[in-house]
Amino acid sequence: MGAHLKGRLSPGEWVVRCLLAISALVIIFPLLWTFYTSFKTNEEFLGSIWSLPKVWNWDNYIRAFEVAKIGSYFINSIFLTLMAIAFMFLMGLPAAYILSRMEFRFRKVIFAFFMSGMFISTTYTVLPIFLMLNKVKLLNNLPVLAFVYAATTLSYNIFLMAGFFRGISKDYEDAAEIDGCGYLQKIGLVIVPLSRSGLFVVVLFAFMSYWNEYVLGFTVLRDRALMTLPIGLANLMEIQQFATDWGAMFAGLVTVMIPTMLVYIFVQKYLTAGISIGGLKG
Amino acid sequence: MTSLKPKLGTRQLFIVFGLGIPLVVYCLFVVGPTLSIFLESLFRWNGLSPNKKFVGLKNYTDLFGNPMFLSAISHTVFLLLVSTAVTMGIAIFFAVTLVQSRLPERGIFRVMFFFPNVLSVVVIGIIFRYVYAPNTGILNSALEAFGIEGPIWLGDARTVLWAISGAMVWQAMGYYMLIYMAGLDDIPPSLYEAADLDGASKFRQFIHITIPMLWDIIRVTLVFYIISSLNLSFTFVRIMTDAGPNKASEVLLTFMYDQAFENGNFGYAMAAAFVIFVLSFGLALLSDKLTERKDF
Repeated sequence: MGAHLKGRLSPGEWVVRCLLAISALVIIFPLLWTFYTSFKTNEEFLGSIWSLPKVWNWDNYIRAFEVAKIGSYFINSIFLTLMAIAFMFLMGLPAAYILSRMEFRFRKVIFAFFMSGMFISTTYTVLPIFLMLNKVKLLNNLPVLAFVYAATTLSYNIFLMAGFFRGISKDYEDAAEIDGCGYLQKIGLVIVPLSRSGLFVVVLFAFMSYWNEYVLGFTVLRDRALMTLPIGLANLMEIQQFATDWGAMFAGLVTVMIPTMLVYIFVQKYLTAGISIGGLKG
Repeated sequence: MTSLKPKLGTRQLFIVFGLGIPLVVYCLFVVGPTLSIFLESLFRWNGLSPNKKFVGLKNYTDLFGNPMFLSAISHTVFLLLVSTAVTMGIAIFFAVTLVQSRLPERGIFRVMFFFPNVLSVVVIGIIFRYVYAPNTGILNSALEAFGIEGPIWLGDARTVLWAISGAMVWQAMGYYMLIYMAGLDDIPPSLYEAADLDGASKFRQFIHITIPMLWDIIRVTLVFYIISSLNLSFTFVRIMTDAGPNKASEVLLTFMYDQAFENGNFGYAMAAAFVIFVLSFGLALLSDKLTERKDF
């Protein structure tokens, strides 16, 4: 918008520019360093930490996938994330619709009851959730974990979706009703298409939080074959034998970052806009 | 009127099912566990055996008599205070400079600063282990270039909490910056124009226009930041130091977790969990009270 330079920058603006550039370097350099280090051999890494790899080879990635099973963690992460998003919408969409667009007794109370969940965190409810799943022998089960992800993020997502739905004019719905649409059709054919940019933000936030989740997954998934990327990576770091294989570790780090990085590059406009629409995530 | 009857039926059915199922699920996985934390904290129990003994508030008196727990509280509060103050300070400063500046590259700064927020905290924790590593770390070898011998950041009780706060600030700063930028966009430019005409300096404008206009957003972000960084402290500590060296970076959540899963002391861990729950609400309420708008 108004970013046109009127003449030259003042000395003050140069100071600000330098300050910003240094901070940007502090943010970006560790990531850049992780990226190029993932192509260095272990000897190169120990020899000089700053230097670029002499040869950009994929050996570290091959080891990360073959020995450290990063590939199977990757597939688990995708499966878990998609399923959790599906569960979340199955439950959250109708609830958000009902709470934002229908009038009935106790509506406000129920909404407030749901919203109070935004202040409760799985970092401590993980204990009772673990005990509960252990009792019914449902630990080490990805669909169940996906369901728990959906359930524990329901409050926040209903809050966001109800906010988006509230802004839709009643006329569209009335028209659909005259055409004989039922509730589910109204949600699918009117509400969802009309709030798609908002729902896109919901999907993004949900993707990020499920893809990166650690505490619950780490507690519930004890079977290595079921681990997701963050859990597998943390595990990789802990196992001593891999701690000395820097290369595979860095290759693993990059593998976890790539999908979020790609998503970020393509959608950062929506994401940053979402921050101002959706406000805060818990 | 009778023709409306079946329609009313589907409406009620839709509400009952559409809202009932999520409500049950929410009670089962959010409300129930929260209540059970308090209930279970009144028992001595290892989580697995049928042997469960009611001990009243003994777990709580034990907790507050345990120096490890008390130091976990002080470490947690330290992390929250330091990372909150630094994150908020930097975020507000950069938000203001970016919004008010004429720099052509400000869009790029925005995108860069926000990026850490979308990364997994596990990844950030591991990367910062390498940043802080004593010999092979980026930070110390950068300091070396200036002739400074850096400390063993994560291996020294005096620096470990500062180092973890550093990673927390790195992760959160851009997110809060974006929120403040959104808030700044809503301040009418006429306020600044009027202040300019009155000859008010940029600093005075910041104190008398920007901060008051942003105040409500600052309050909300403060509460959210406290709650979310309390939660993030678990993963940061777990990955970066595993509470070391010698428990010098033990926080409440790692204390709770190890009591349950290392020591099999679930009742005790639940008591710790309840204290964390109360503390997070307490701190949030306190910061809300402290920042209550007096008259500007």
